[in-house]
Amino acid sequence: MSALLSVENLGITFGGLRAVHDVSFSVKPGEILSVIGPNGAGKTTLFNMISGVYQPGSGKVVLEGQDVTGMRPDLLAHRGMSRTFQNLQIFQNMTVLENAIAGFHLTESGNLFADLLRLPGSRGRARTAHQGAMRLLERVGLEASAETNAGSLSYGKLKRLEIARALALSPKVLLLDEPAAGCNAVETEEIDQMIAEVAKSGVAILLVEHDMKMVMRISNHIVVLDHGEKIAEGDPATVSRDPAVIAAYLGTEAAEDADA
Amino acid sequence: MRLSHKTATLLVLIPLIVLAPIFFPSNFYYRVGSLIFINGLAVTGMVILIGYAGQISLGHAGFAGIGAYSCALMPVHWGIPPVAAAVLGAVISALLAWLVGRPILRLKGYYLAVATLGFGILVYMVLTNETWLTGGPDGMSVNDSGLRDMAEAVGIDLKNSQFWYWMCAIVLVIGVWLAMNLQDSPTGRALRAVHGSEVAARTVGVDVARYKLQAFVISAVYASVAGSMVALQNEFVTPDVAGYMHSIEWVTMTVLGGAGSVLGAIFGAAILTTLPQVLTAFAEYEQLLLGLIMMLVMIFMRDGLLPSIMRRIRGKDE
Repeated sequence: MSALLSVENLGITFGGLRAVHDVSFSVKPGEILSVIGPNGAGKTTLFNMISGVYQPGSGKVVLEGQDVTGMRPDLLAHRGMSRTFQNLQIFQNMTVLENAIAGFHLTESGNLFADLLRLPGSRGRARTAHQGAMRLLERVGLEASAETNAGSLSYGKLKRLEIARALALSPKVLLLDEPAAGCNAVETEEIDQMIAEVAKSGVAILLVEHDMKMVMRISNHIVVLDHGEKIAEGDPATVSRDPAVIAAYLGTEAAEDADA
Repeated sequence: MRLSHKTATLLVLIPLIVLAPIFFPSNFYYRVGSLIFINGLAVTGMVILIGYAGQISLGHAGFAGIGAYSCALMPVHWGIPPVAAAVLGAVISALLAWLVGRPILRLKGYYLAVATLGFGILVYMVLTNETWLTGGPDGMSVNDSGLRDMAEAVGIDLKNSQFWYWMCAIVLVIGVWLAMNLQDSPTGRALRAVHGSEVAARTVGVDVARYKLQAFVISAVYASVAGSMVALQNEFVTPDVAGYMHSIEWVTMTVLGGAGSVLGAIFGAAILTTLPQVLTAFAEYEQLLLGLIMMLVMIFMRDGLLPSIMRRIRGKDE
């Protein structure tokens, strides 16, 4: 099968600093591709370029054969790209349910006047979004908190809420930036299963994650970044044996594991 | 049974409007009441802009000026009836808000505040300086709208101040109904998403610039209609209706009462409209007390008067 999303020689510099340089890879539908690397390796920067938050300095992002480099995030959403954030971007001024409904914006939004006058069309669309949002909240185990203000949720729950909101778009490509950060072992495993299920349904998943066990367990393909450059890629077994990777990243991690 | 936000708001607002006149000792109070409703209408628009979309404007009195002078000028020059002129004025305000909003709404925070302030001052200056058209600082008279005569023809015979009390109340309730519809609608959610996190709003597909512009245009229409109501009631307008102090007052009323809630903002409008009348008893200390009250509310009730009071009441219930 051909690639759904491919990144070609992507790069960006911040005030002379090469944050990301000449990175290429591609993801197929149903595949989980993880981007790993030490702190400051440029993983989130890479995500921000792919999702249109940053304008890449060089290179291309190709989605379903079309060049979408530097396209606005809301237009990328129309084309089937969805993402979560490392440092949580929750609508704190809304309830948990409203956050999930907001994820249905593309299918829910219509005519301003229909909304002002509360016409049946507007109400119908809102009702459909409401039902879809409730199903997603059940899926991530937040249905009991539906009417709670999102600001008062625990970190782990907010992470799951963000995933639910991203899934509401029925994306073709899903970018997950550290979905398991700050979650305990049980929660991590739940998220783990959820990601695998989503991938199985044919969504291409790009994952940035620090939990190495999780990455090794669920990834089909791994791209390793260090100082903004790709130093290795391959399946989990290949990558974990790569000397350059062990030196840059897994070395310290493996040593810690051995101590424990 | 749980009441929706909209039902609850209307269930509080309408009885208050209907029952208040029982306690009015004189016709003067009807006049104060209509003033509250007009300010209430403008701040309902401000809630859509500030409370829903999280944007600021210190220039919305400019749109009130356009609404007011439309009612004054169009009947004289084009022979359009004053009420139709109010509608046309709202359309002009919407178009102007759309034109001005596109470049201005790219700005954030205090940059946006200063830019909108500039717009308001611009409208005020035009109304003051184009004496040949507007009569300048002395203002101009507005033709009788004929609304009261129409009411009389169908058997509703009210004193002028009473008539406008009810007229302004009806327009306010319609305005509140629309704003409450919007709050819980797809558009309202998109606006509040922009307020909550622009980055996240974009990633769920919200065209942030477009929704900010919508909120700006809608709130401009509210301000414009409020200005028209002033003109139709007083049958006289001066450039003061577009004065930047009014813009600042509306923002203050909105934030003081509770920017997130329509009822809160109207409560803020009621307080800041009546307080100066009450404080006149303190003569030269009036402004001082007003300023002090505003500061204390913001320090101790940051969410605004009504939301803070409601939380305290609910807290005791539990």
